[in-house]
Amino acid sequence: MTPLPRTVRLSPWDLGRLGLLGIRTRPGRVGLSAFGIAIGIATMIAVTAIPASGQRALMDQLSALGTNLLQASPQETPQGAVPFPPESVDMVARIGPVSIASAVANTHTKISRSDRNGEQDFAGIAVLATRLNLPEALHLRLRAGRFLNQATAALPTVVLGADAAIQLGFDHLTADPPPQVFIGGRWFTVIGILEPIPLAPDIDSTALVGWPAAESQLGFDGQPTVIYTRAAEAQIDAVREVMARTINPAAPGSVTVSRPSDALAAKRATESTLSTLFLGLAAVALLVGGIGVANTMVVAVLERRHEIGLRRALGASRGQVRIQFVIESVVMAFAGGGAGLLLGVAATIGYARYQHWPVVIPLASAGIGLGAAVVIGAVAGLYPAVRAARLSPTEALAG
Amino acid sequence: MEVREVAKVYPGGVHALDRVSLRVEPGEFVGIVGPSGSGKSTLLHIMGTLERATGGTVLLSGHDVGDLPDRRLSAVRGRLLGFVFQQCYLTAGLTAVENVCTGLMYAGVAASRRRSLALAALDRVGLAARIGHRPHEMSGGERQRVAIARALVHEPALILADEPTGALDGANGAGVLALLRRLNEEGTTIAVITHDREIAAELPRRVEVRDGRIVSDVRQPAGSTA
Repeated sequence: MTPLPRTVRLSPWDLGRLGLLGIRTRPGRVGLSAFGIAIGIATMIAVTAIPASGQRALMDQLSALGTNLLQASPQETPQGAVPFPPESVDMVARIGPVSIASAVANTHTKISRSDRNGEQDFAGIAVLATRLNLPEALHLRLRAGRFLNQATAALPTVVLGADAAIQLGFDHLTADPPPQVFIGGRWFTVIGILEPIPLAPDIDSTALVGWPAAESQLGFDGQPTVIYTRAAEAQIDAVREVMARTINPAAPGSVTVSRPSDALAAKRATESTLSTLFLGLAAVALLVGGIGVANTMVVAVLERRHEIGLRRALGASRGQVRIQFVIESVVMAFAGGGAGLLLGVAATIGYARYQHWPVVIPLASAGIGLGAAVVIGAVAGLYPAVRAARLSPTEALAG
Repeated sequence: MEVREVAKVYPGGVHALDRVSLRVEPGEFVGIVGPSGSGKSTLLHIMGTLERATGGTVLLSGHDVGDLPDRRLSAVRGRLLGFVFQQCYLTAGLTAVENVCTGLMYAGVAASRRRSLALAALDRVGLAARIGHRPHEMSGGERQRVAIARALVHEPALILADEPTGALDGANGAGVLALLRRLNEEGTTIAVITHDREIAAELPRRVEVRDGRIVSDVRQPAGSTA
């Protein structure tokens, strides 16, 4: 009596080919159902990669701008702001770790394009007196012209912030005749236009004149409004603590000290809360995609009853039929996930290029995305596969 | 191959088979005939372990396969049995040789050996020139020959054919039948269901089933067949 044959174990290669069979023979439908998964994964990748790229851009920007800048201004109180003493800037400069101390001061004068304009047309532009070391303190860059120097600081010359220049209608400087603006009843020559200043955006909408010129021509009282300081990075907290007492020993509580880089980072943090919402949307898209795959598999099992019956007759066990359909479903979802990954990466690259950001794809989210696709595929395929395997061979062949 | 006293009662109380016993010896060519609903298909399915009997025993090479778990039973089908159905059930999109290879996969034949075995089987059924064709590129008769190649490629102990000529016209049907006869002469054991009495009359052994019972079992002396 010959022994009965032993059970057959299919090789991974055979299982892979089996799983691909349904996909090879029905590419159109598989593509459509994998599309849902692709959208979900693409959203997930984009939603995590775009903020990550923005974050990296911010970090790059901050490290370029430096996070060692402190800004002090008088606190607004119901009794009005207590102005800084004129000597406060030099006092700050004498704090040990401070490498530079600069200041601007509001001259409370009006600027306009000509003496015939109504002054209120440019009411948004403040005219500030500036210390000459402001470019080093704020890392200013000029779009055109030059900054004030020792000589021009005493003359009726002005440097415009980026927004102020646009409001006044200067997008470039003409050398001859040099453009003029009307400040506090006098003509001032525009000698430079600044690039936008990320760490001190307030300066963008101002016109800067020299400290001596402001005192002599605009009746300025010499009291600084904002003091900008850079100090050694490690000592920044210590400097921050003594700043208020140094600036105004009589009323240290009236001085507000802030770190502009913190404010920039906090602004980005609020933007990223929005992406939680998108992550939720991505999850919904994945769920719908999973249902699409499950639906395709249910239909496939109904349509392929004969194939299932034949395979059973050829010697496929229930387990082998089950695994075939689960693999098919996983492959379908994985293909969708892979397409989604590419789509998400492409979208991130496109957006980052548009924003001039470096591209950062978090590996974790790419991995989680593909992993989620595989899990969804397995879950979506399980029920149809179990149903397929439960058919008796004759039922399947007769159906 | 032997069934002893097998009975099949379908849910609802329909008695498809009523204590039928039949023994197929190696090398035989048995025709099972009978009208529709006589139970001949059920008998073939039980012999092929596609369906489990509700009574009696099914013996394959002396083993009772009635209580085997699904995995063991599937291996028995894959190694010892070959099936040919009225429809050929080829997988669309796969070539003739790939379709034949499918049978070898479940028989546990190593992937590297499958193609040469499949080519040999296609050669035996006279389709050596059609190995790369897909089902829709072949005639009905050719498709059924591919199905026969798939049933015999792993050299089963018994080929079970359920109306293999039922879906074919006269000439193609005769061709398939001649092929089965030649395979039998080469040593393959075959049991074929047919409701065509002319076909059955030419077979060496004829078993007639009616109302779930065997009503006659006639062996023709060797040599008297055409």
